[in-house]
Amino acid sequence: MSPARIAYTAHRVLEQIRHDPRTVALMLVVPSLLIGLVAWIFSETGAFTHIGPAMIALFPFVVMFLVTSIATLRERRGGTLERLLAMPLAKPDFILGYALAFTLVAIVQTALAVVFAVWVCGLEIAGSLGLLFTIAALDALLGTSLGLMASAFARTEFQVVQFMPAIILPQFLLSGIVLPRQSLPPALEAISDWLPLSHAIDALVAVAAGTEDSQTTNSILIIAAWIIAALLVGSLTLRRRTA
Amino acid sequence: MMNKGPVIEAHDLAIRRGGTPVLRGLGFSLPAGRTIGLLGPSGSGKSTLMRAVTGSQVITSGSVTVLGQPAGGKGLRHRIGYMTQAASIYEDLSVRQNLTYFARILRLDASEVERVIGITDLSGQSERLVSGLSGGQRNRVSLAVALLGAPPVLVLDEPTVGLDPVLRSQLWRVFAGLAASGTCLLVSSHVMEEAMRCDDLLLLREGRLLAHLSPGELMESTGAATPELAFLELIARQQDATDGASAVHGGRHRRRQHPKRGGRP
Repeated sequence: MSPARIAYTAHRVLEQIRHDPRTVALMLVVPSLLIGLVAWIFSETGAFTHIGPAMIALFPFVVMFLVTSIATLRERRGGTLERLLAMPLAKPDFILGYALAFTLVAIVQTALAVVFAVWVCGLEIAGSLGLLFTIAALDALLGTSLGLMASAFARTEFQVVQFMPAIILPQFLLSGIVLPRQSLPPALEAISDWLPLSHAIDALVAVAAGTEDSQTTNSILIIAAWIIAALLVGSLTLRRRTA
Repeated sequence: MMNKGPVIEAHDLAIRRGGTPVLRGLGFSLPAGRTIGLLGPSGSGKSTLMRAVTGSQVITSGSVTVLGQPAGGKGLRHRIGYMTQAASIYEDLSVRQNLTYFARILRLDASEVERVIGITDLSGQSERLVSGLSGGQRNRVSLAVALLGAPPVLVLDEPTVGLDPVLRSQLWRVFAGLAASGTCLLVSSHVMEEAMRCDDLLLLREGRLLAHLSPGELMESTGAATPELAFLELIARQQDATDGASAVHGGRHRRRQHPKRGGRP
């Protein structure tokens, strides 16, 4: 593993994104627009104080999952991954390079979404902004690591985008946004307690309300455990030799 | 820089992919300082053999060694330049950005990027995005990546596909220059006419080594007018030999026969 090669890889991934201004614009603007839409939908109720932070947790995860799964699928199919692995590049250099690049993008994305949610939509964030960005960055890392893993199980771009509903929608449905998690049937509640998105949303809601406690720390640890597991599985799917 | 021993060696190399045999027991030994043409029709196993040499291919049985180490070994990763058949470069980066990234991974400095841009005649396109380049230009970018760091072994899968005759001839001169400076080049092509540009030939057909000889020997032994016809003649002779052997052995054993110094293990 080499910090320099991680940084070069992240730099290369960011250069690729920079050459695609439409993607950059969509990544940065769409979360704010959707947060605005949600604020409007719930403008007659008080629910935005809860759903606003949940949206901030959702975007880095979903967007980075999609972007990473497609970008790494291209590397696998286009032969650039084979070429890199025939060079003195360690697998963690590749994975962490992607993780670094997309976490940086997610931080910018989150900053814009938070500014928009607070100044335009009137969301109040009582807790620590530092913690909010930490959780958003972890969310992005989680999306990146799951995306990397998903790309190994897809042969085409059509297949890889189908992993989005398969991996993300169930987590979204069980995360407490649709129905509070305490009101789920016991079996589903138990599952929901182990899903990373549930914890990301819980933690961000707590930060917004200014009620961070040991539960929040727990949530962050669970997300971190998922990230490590997904990165390990993801690195197993990078093979120097293939059949 | 000249390496005395064999640079690439294969012993009884067999590879199956998805249950189908792709390579069926190849053996050869390739020295430094030569351009070795790997020729054969598409589907004959050229790319699979090249992937085995670079260590990207799982080997079923037998062995491949490069510079005395098992192919794919860690110590070989900065000593083999590999150009895959599909241009393995980033479409959404410029030519220079592609080369700079790969050069950094190989821990080479910027002057090396300029050097390979010069060799592959890409100076005019260096700031353009790869997505806007023609197929031949993309191929040259991919070749430029393989040339980074002047590795002692170059494995080039169809490097001249889609190039105009002037550029093609220019690249073959580059290859000859590299060979003269001690590099071992394994260059595949399905265009038999390119055989004459090589120092040695490995002729592959249906996963078997049909012959390992020089272009001169190929033309002389077959008496054919063109390399294409010489290849056909070799196939026909092998076919006759096989049929003859089948008749003797009641068709139970297919025996391979190699004309002249056919690459026996």
